[in-house]
Amino acid sequence: MTALGIALSVMILVASLALVNGLRTVFKNTANPLQLLVLRKGATSELGSVISTEASRILRAKAGVATDSAGRPLASAEVINVANLPSVDNPKGMNVTVRGLNEMGIEMRSVRLAEGRWFRPGLREIVVGKAVAKRYPSAQVGNRVRFGKGDWEIVGVMDGGDSALDSEIWGDLNEIASDYNRQESANSVLLRATDPVTLDALKHSIEDDLQLGATALTEMDYYESQTSSGAPLEFLGIFVAVVMAIGGGFATTNTMYAAVARRAKEIGTLRTLGFTEGSILLSFFTEALLLSLAAGVLGGVLALPLNWVTTGVGRVASFSEISFRFRVGAAAMFSGLIFALVLGVLGGVLPARAAAKKEILSALREG
Amino acid sequence: MDTVIEARRLSKDYAHDDNRVSALKDVDLEVARGALLALMGPSGSGKSTLLHLVAAMDRPTSGEVLVLGQDPHSLGGRELARWRNVHIGFIFQSFNLIPVLTALENVALPLKLTNLSTREQVEHAVTALELVGLRDRMNHFPRQLSGGQEQRVAIARAIVTDPDLILADEPTGNLDASSANDVLSLLSVLNSEHGKTVVLVTHDPHAAHYAKSIRYLDKGVLLPEGQVPQDWIAAPISRSFQPMPDVRSEA
Repeated sequence: MTALGIALSVMILVASLALVNGLRTVFKNTANPLQLLVLRKGATSELGSVISTEASRILRAKAGVATDSAGRPLASAEVINVANLPSVDNPKGMNVTVRGLNEMGIEMRSVRLAEGRWFRPGLREIVVGKAVAKRYPSAQVGNRVRFGKGDWEIVGVMDGGDSALDSEIWGDLNEIASDYNRQESANSVLLRATDPVTLDALKHSIEDDLQLGATALTEMDYYESQTSSGAPLEFLGIFVAVVMAIGGGFATTNTMYAAVARRAKEIGTLRTLGFTEGSILLSFFTEALLLSLAAGVLGGVLALPLNWVTTGVGRVASFSEISFRFRVGAAAMFSGLIFALVLGVLGGVLPARAAAKKEILSALREG
Repeated sequence: MDTVIEARRLSKDYAHDDNRVSALKDVDLEVARGALLALMGPSGSGKSTLLHLVAAMDRPTSGEVLVLGQDPHSLGGRELARWRNVHIGFIFQSFNLIPVLTALENVALPLKLTNLSTREQVEHAVTALELVGLRDRMNHFPRQLSGGQEQRVAIARAIVTDPDLILADEPTGNLDASSANDVLSLLSVLNSEHGKTVVLVTHDPHAAHYAKSIRYLDKGVLLPEGQVPQDWIAAPISRSFQPMPDVRSEA
């Protein structure tokens, strides 16, 4: 029972870490280190930002913006909104991020088609991320979904390589903007710098341009800040794990005290044979550590199946859900084992000391 | 005479609530090397207390005890533990074998504290088991052995470090008559053929058959040689012993 209690504490801790790790991986996979996301000054998310068409034009022309083989700047003005679709977890509907972008926006990201085709300009066609297709029954190729001013035909499923893009719906910039009455502005502009040194200069150039009134975040920084979506869940998981750990620690102490009492005669005998107090202490302490270590391994093993679990959390910044897979990595497992060992240390030290300090005769009589 | 145990005005009091009970009163005792001494007396006479003080398993209230010329109670924790390992072989009434270890592992246990290699430890343990006639039972766990066999394993454990002194606290108390005979004759052999000094605590008069000398304790007082407590003389004999078998022939 003691081992099971510790194992459950470890499992919850590892699950919490795997959750945050999964979320972090999603955002990390989304970010391109050479790209800047330009938002209105003071905005913390795309949804709360407005970039005028004139500002978008200026941004595209900035020095340091990379170009494709045809000489077109790698810049994409994009419109963001949310659509409500019934999901597996919530039949009443969950918000999904809808992104309006042009062909350049697609090229600037590491996405590929998993099914169907890309949407065509000027048509009410959309492509859904693979996580959306998985979690929203209606979001399948050939289906029509309703949001904005009418129906949209799903023509493809995209694979963003376990990134946040898997949780989005993409459509033609003009069609999406028109549906949400955003023809005169975009929410954000994505820019790619020619190299890392230029990236920094470009960032300063944008932020120093008072005419733009914009802030430029590296995609890495932007998505790192979005990881905070998982913070409440992480806190809750760790809180539950710690509460259970306190119980687990007491259970370890109790079990070890019981072992000391049960083996009092053994302790007395070993002392009579010449074993020192220190060796008795070490022996019981090691036993507590092995017990907790075994429980830690068990907890880690119990958490492993989470690797195949996909879930979603709401992003406050975009009022939409992001899907991700739990990632029980080596770091989470290692943290779980350390956590279990700490429980073993805390739970085992007092009983081990009690065993070592037992008088030989009283130990022999207790047995 | 080479003295192994020398007790001077040795006393032990126990405090029970506000009362003090004297378990041992001013005991003077000398045990020579090669002795096989039986300490006898009724329950509560202080014989086990005396044995525990000699083995430094308990501290005297007053007086001193020298074992091989050294006062073990003056030693620190680690030195005392080492002293017990090197000089004392202790045999308990209820055998006190570790249940999860085999007979061989139980016997080898005290050797874990020595510098012997694992192979040498096993060799020594096997030799000790051979001596008590249990080589063929060395891979058995205590639960797979009879009481007599368990006690013989315990004796092997007590002698495996080749200690100077073997202290046996009621070694036949949990055994039937036949097994008790085996154990007592084994202790006798260790004394007569291997030169071990043996102090045997018992309240059973038949055990005296195996001892070279007997001393009686009565209410914590060690009686002069040859003197027997009055109520002890009148006590009925509780056991009937069979003739002593030669345990070595069993091996």
